[in-house]
Amino acid sequence: MLKVSIYRYNPETDKAPYMQDYEFDTQGKDLMVLDVLELLKAEDPTLAFRRSCREGVCGSDGMNISGRNGLACTTPLSEAAPKGKLVLRPLPGLPVIRDLVVDMEQFYEQYKKIEPYLQNDTPAPAIERLQSPEDREKLDGLYECILCACCSSACPSFWWNPDKFIGPAGLLQAYRFLADSRDTATDERLAGLDDPFSVFRCHGIQNCVNVCPKGLNPTRAIGHIRNMLLARAV
Amino acid sequence: MVTTVTSFGRSGVFDWLYQRVTAVVLLAYTLFIVGFIFLSDDFGYESWSALFDQRWMRIFSLVALLSTVAHAWIGLWSVVTDYITNRMMGPKATTLRVLAQVVLGALAVIYAVWGIEILWGV
Repeated sequence: MLKVSIYRYNPETDKAPYMQDYEFDTQGKDLMVLDVLELLKAEDPTLAFRRSCREGVCGSDGMNISGRNGLACTTPLSEAAPKGKLVLRPLPGLPVIRDLVVDMEQFYEQYKKIEPYLQNDTPAPAIERLQSPEDREKLDGLYECILCACCSSACPSFWWNPDKFIGPAGLLQAYRFLADSRDTATDERLAGLDDPFSVFRCHGIQNCVNVCPKGLNPTRAIGHIRNMLLARAV
Repeated sequence: MVTTVTSFGRSGVFDWLYQRVTAVVLLAYTLFIVGFIFLSDDFGYESWSALFDQRWMRIFSLVALLSTVAHAWIGLWSVVTDYITNRMMGPKATTLRVLAQVVLGALAVIYAVWGIEILWGV
């Protein structure tokens, strides 16, 4: 039997959050954490969590799984509960709406700040803006981000200053546009990042790299942004 | 862009660069002093005093002292603005943060002046 301990909080009825324990029969299968949640919800419909694609593409079911942020749909029990105990909590640092559902507003606010869209002030070509295969390659490891917030909510700098520090997810996307040969707003983008908080609150502890379910490296992207800021300033 | 008026150089890149440059100065100074203590044959009051009698050593020490002040300000400013925030503690955090920064600034000035006095006073 698998022991499952889940963070429960319904602000309408509970004074404080608490951990609720469940017993779950896996029938010897190495299920994904999301499967366990779905089956538990069938028994206890009050349990709230987000999910959508169930295959690691939509980024809805980011949560803290046995102490480590990850996607419930792509984390197998063999990894999350090797000793038969699974502990599920909401993503740390973000306000809890209910149970495992968090308020992502601050995360999206930071994403909005980096203007996550191509900006080009040259006349639009007749068909499309072309890019060489080499330039396109520069976006590998950046464009794959699904904005699940596992990285930013694992980052202490984001916990302390979610209103000022853009966070690893936002900065990975900031670099995605700084590195894009079709974007001409590089200088404006960099000017908006040159303060002691937006980028420089990153102290390089690499929690983001450690938890990213897509295997991306926000710390490296932040290093590239820092080098661009430095090259522009000295 | 987040605006701040109490960070060392008001710019993220400047503070970042300055912290690294001062770290290199401090490393060089530490290595030099440790090397002097352990590698000189006749280490004692005489050689120590003779070392600090030289102008270049006083200047090197002053640069290390000012580097410590700048390095500490940048680092501690980060700590203060991480942990004493209005988000965590409400409006009273502003007063506390200003107070902490004033105390840190005063300490920095006291140590700098005191250090100069020691370096050129002996």
